[in-house]
Formats: sequence, C-alpha cells, structure tokens
Amino acid sequence: MSATPSLAPPDGGPQVDPAAARTPRSRGDRAFAGTARAAGIAILVALAGVFVFLTLEGLPGLSQSADTYTPNTSFLSYVAPLLFGTVLAAVLALLLAVPFAFGIALFISHYAPRRLAVPVAYVVDLLAAVPSVVFGLWGARSLAPYLVGAHDWLAAHLGWLPFFEGPASVTGRTVFTAGIVLAIMILPIITAISREIFAQTPRLNEEAALALGATRWAMIRLTVFPYARSGMVSAVMLGLGRALGETMAVAMVLSASPVVTLNLISNTNPATIASNIASSFTEATPAKLHVLIATGLVLFAFTFVVNFAARWIVGRSQRRMAR
Amino acid sequence: MSATELAVQDVNASLRLAQPKLPRWAPALVGVLAVAAAGLPALLLGWGVVPWLILAGVVFLVALPLWSLAVENRRAAVDRLMTSLVWTTFGIAMIPLIWLIWTVVKNGASVISVEFLTYDMRNIIGPGGGIYHALLGTLLVTGAAALISVPVGLFAAIYLVEYGKGSRLATWVTFLVDVMTGIPSIVAGLFALALFVLIFGPEIRLGFGGSVALSLLMIPVVVRSTEEMLRLVPDDLREASYALGVPKWRTITKVVLPTSLGGIITGVMLAVARVIGETAPLLVVAGKTDSVNLNLFSERMTTLPVYIYYQFTQPGIAPAGTGGEAPGIARAWGAALVLIAIVMVLNLIARIVGKIYAPKKG
Repeated sequence: MSATPSLAPPDGGPQVDPAAARTPRSRGDRAFAGTARAAGIAILVALAGVFVFLTLEGLPGLSQSADTYTPNTSFLSYVAPLLFGTVLAAVLALLLAVPFAFGIALFISHYAPRRLAVPVAYVVDLLAAVPSVVFGLWGARSLAPYLVGAHDWLAAHLGWLPFFEGPASVTGRTVFTAGIVLAIMILPIITAISREIFAQTPRLNEEAALALGATRWAMIRLTVFPYARSGMVSAVMLGLGRALGETMAVAMVLSASPVVTLNLISNTNPATIASNIASSFTEATPAKLHVLIATGLVLFAFTFVVNFAARWIVGRSQRRMAR
Repeated sequence: MSATELAVQDVNASLRLAQPKLPRWAPALVGVLAVAAAGLPALLLGWGVVPWLILAGVVFLVALPLWSLAVENRRAAVDRLMTSLVWTTFGIAMIPLIWLIWTVVKNGASVISVEFLTYDMRNIIGPGGGIYHALLGTLLVTGAAALISVPVGLFAAIYLVEYGKGSRLATWVTFLVDVMTGIPSIVAGLFALALFVLIFGPEIRLGFGGSVALSLLMIPVVVRSTEEMLRLVPDDLREASYALGVPKWRTITKVVLPTSLGGIITGVMLAVARVIGETAPLLVVAGKTDSVNLNLFSERMTTLPVYIYYQFTQPGIAPAGTGGEAPGIARAWGAALVLIAIVMVLNLIARIVGKIYAPKKG
C-alpha cells in the first residue's frame, strides 16, 4: 500500500510527460506540415491563376473592333497565321534537331570513349545554359548573313519544292534560319533526356546481344531502341513544346509579316505567336493588349495539349511494357 | 555421318572466325582519301572550305561502308555507316556552340570596360553608356524571384516526399508541376502582366511583376530537383531519428535537409541560372528604362536580357562619317558576354557546391 504513493510520481510522470511533450511537438509538427501543404496548394493556385487571369484579360481580346486586328478583321483570322508560323518553325526545328540529338545521345552513351563522353555531355549542358536572347543575337548577326549563300543554293537547286520556292532572301533572316537557331536551342533538351534513357538500358540485354555476335549498331537496334522508345517520344515532344514557346530567338531573327506560306527562304515570313507578342507589344494599345494576351492563351493551350499528349504516350507505352 | 557433320560444323566455325575484317586504320585511310578526292573538284571549281568538307564527309560516308560491304559483310557495313553517322552528328553539333561562344567573346571583349560596367544609358544617344542599370535590375528581379520560389518550391517538395505520399493533392501537385515546366516563358510574363493590369490599371510596369513571372518558371525546377534530392535520403536516417523520439519536423529540418543540402543548393543555382537569361517575360512586364531604378515595386526596370534585345532592335545611329556599325550592336555583344559569363559562373558554382556537399560514400 505504501508502495503505491511511491509509484505514483513515476506513474504520473509519464502521464503528464506525453501531454506536456506532445502539445509543443504536435504544434510544431502541425505548423510544419501545414506550411508544406500550403506550398503545395500555392502551386495549384498559381496555375489556376495563370488560367484565370489570362482568360479574364484575354476574353475581351476576342471581340475588339475590327481595326485592332489589322491587317485582318477578326481574332480567328488574326491568330491563325500566327499559329501556322509557330507550328511551321517548331516542326522545322524538330526535323533538324531530332536526328542530331539522338546521334549525340548515342555518341555519349554508347560510342564515345569515356574520356570524351564526359566533357561532351558537359558541353551539351552548357549549350542549354546559353540564354535565348544571346542565341537570337548570334542568329541574326552571325548565322543569318552566313546562310545567305545557302539560301541562294537552295533556291537555285531545290526551287521546285514549295519550301524553297524563293526568291531567296538577301539578309538570310528567314524561317529557315530561325528554324536552325531553334533546332540548336532544343538540341540539348532532347539530347539530355534521351541520353539518360539510353544509358538506362539493362546492361545484361546489351551484353547478351553482343555475345550472340551482334555488331554495335545491331545491339543498339535490338536492345537500346525498344527499351527507350517511349522516352525518345517524350523527349521529342518536350523539345517541341520548348520550340513552340520560344520567343526571343524567333523575334530577333525573323522579319515577320502575317502571311501563310510554306516558303522557308523568302523575305516574307510568317511570325510565331510568341515572337508577335514580343515585337508588337511595346506599341500596343490597351485593346491590342487584350488581343495579344488572348493569343498567349492560345499558345498556352496549344503547348499544354502537346505536353499532355507526350505524357499520355509515355504512360501508355509504359503500361504496355509492364504487361 | 556424324563425323562429316562435325567436320562441316568445324569448317563453318573456322570460316566464320577467319572472316575477313578491315584493318584498324581503315577509317583513317578512307578519311584522308575522301578529303583528297573532294579536294579535286573543290580546287578545280574554286569552292570554299565548307563545301569541300561537306563533300569529303559524304564521300567518306559512302566509301567506308562500300569497302566494308566488299570485304566484310552487310551487317558490318551497316555498323560502320551508323558509327560514322553518329560521329558526324557529334562533330556537326559542336560547330554552333564553338561558333557562338567565339563570336560573343570576340565581339564582346573589346566593348567591356570599367565605363561599360558602371554607367547607365541615361542621355546616351551615340556611343558610350553601359549596363550598370541592367545589371542591378537583373540582380534585383532574379533575387526577388528566388526569394519567392525557393521557399515555395522547397516546402512543396517536402510535402510531396514527406507528407503527401499517395494523397490526391500530391498527385495533382506532381502533375501540375509537370504542366508548369511546359509553360512558355512569354505566357508566364503575360500572366504577371494580366495580374498587375487587373489590379493597377493597363499602364502598370514594374520589376516585381518580372519576379512573379520568373518565379512561375523557377518553382517547377526547384520542386523537381529538391524532390529528387529528398528521395535520395535513406529512410534509415529518418527512422533512426524517430526512434530517438525526435518529432517529424525536427527530423526533416535537422536530418533530412542537411543530408540533401548540397543537391538542393545545386538545383536552386541551376534554376537561377536558367531564369536569369529569360527575356520574354521581363520584356512584357518589367519594361525598359535608361536609368537606374532600385525600387522593385514602382516604375520600369531594365534587366540584362531586355537590354540586349533593345540594343539590338534599336541600336541607334553610327556617328556621322565613320560609316561603322550602329553603337547599340556593340553594346549588345558586350552585354551578351557579361550575361553568358554570369550564367556560366552560376553553373560552375552549382557544380562545385554539388561536389563539395555530395554525400560521402562508404
């Protein structure tokens, strides 16, 4: 009986202690967890904000007076040539960049001696770090004058194709040049992603192929490509998304006019949505500003669809691989 | 029967082993011959170096596989063709990078001086002037963007890794961070503009708007890299800490974050290096001015990329009689060199920090 009171303090201690300890502990925990959750929610809010504010400011742009849309008369006819130019430049860039990107990725992951592969990978990453405005400056001042000869050659020898109909531009500041600059800009992204995927090919598969007498190319065709296909698609789509939204390089290289033409090398070039915003922004009236924001919304929706499609393709093929 | 079969197999095996192979120096020989063969028409028709090299490359790409096809077999020929192609893509892709860096350094180095770095463009019409205001603007706008996006990105990553495993909010945040990485930079600028125009009226331009736009581009990068680093922290460390009775938030701040600090800093620096060169959003929302503005919350603010853009599009007029280039172009090259130097230094520091703080192995 006398033991009970003597036991009580240590018994009561733990009873008091958890309560005393839990309150500050759980308060700190709750505050920290709450902050973390709030940051997550902030991202949701920010993205919702992008939609909401662009829509609020862009909607009036759909129905301005006709002269706001000069040289066209309605929003659709205003944005259609721009969308065409955006897609044209991006597709051209993709056509040029993709073979090179996969080639360099293969070079780094499977062909180059290790001593060369590491610095090359580093240099490609550096290419990604060069600001787009510097690419634009270089494209307009160095590359474009240099490519004038190539424009003449294309017009003379491949003029029967609608793309090279001519007359060749004398400044070189054409969609063709812009496409090359864009290609150089998206090259590092596609290379970086596909390089990582190529390097993840199971070593055993590769060695099995080599042991069966496959040449190096046969080994790559039989083990690396099947394994990496979905990753390659998503790399290309991400590159496309970047090319669609790129502003400065195109705005600085092109001397643009709102036309729809497949001709890549003439003096009249279709502008892209982003470059049109950048170049007509400074002189914009409030009405025109609404129109430009609306075109930005179109661009946003378009890149969203492209990115979404990329992820869907990747997810689908991953499921198929898993099965 | 079986003996003859065996003999046939033997002969086959020895045949395969003895299959002819091109000597190791075959590519070099073909390369030299290709350059020589292409040199003939190049000299006769008076071509430049570039068409000559293009023709030599084509000759090489045709000749080596053909030789291989004649001596070796079809598979070896294809392999040689693809090997040459891969090496060619690598060689060609290095050209623009070297060309770009060389052009910027050549044109920019002569422009940079103490005056260029410490003067703004106020009342400058001809040559002269500098990038002081743009440098300060870049530092302020990017710094404010980092102030916004580092805490948000860090805590969002902590939420994704430590708290939100499998919850619906976490799946949404992961998905939307993916979407955010795909936002074109000019759309981010338009968003910031739309936001501030709605609040303050259509004429508003301010540096802080640029920070908001940049942080929209920066947050996903920070979240991604931090998330990756936090996932690398072994669960053993967390469990050891819990076993000692340390609450979860103390575990995160005292164990998890210090362990992954190096990687997080690297990620943040790379994110800063990425947004510091962004032009389009700042062009739209921060505008352009010729003098120093240190207040993020009022008036226009020039940043370095926007400075380059305007010096390029509105280069001014060359002094009469000199017939030289417009003065703005030289300033644009100088500013481009400074900008590239800043980005490269940030990249370098990020990599060094990553190396120093890399978790010790073993």
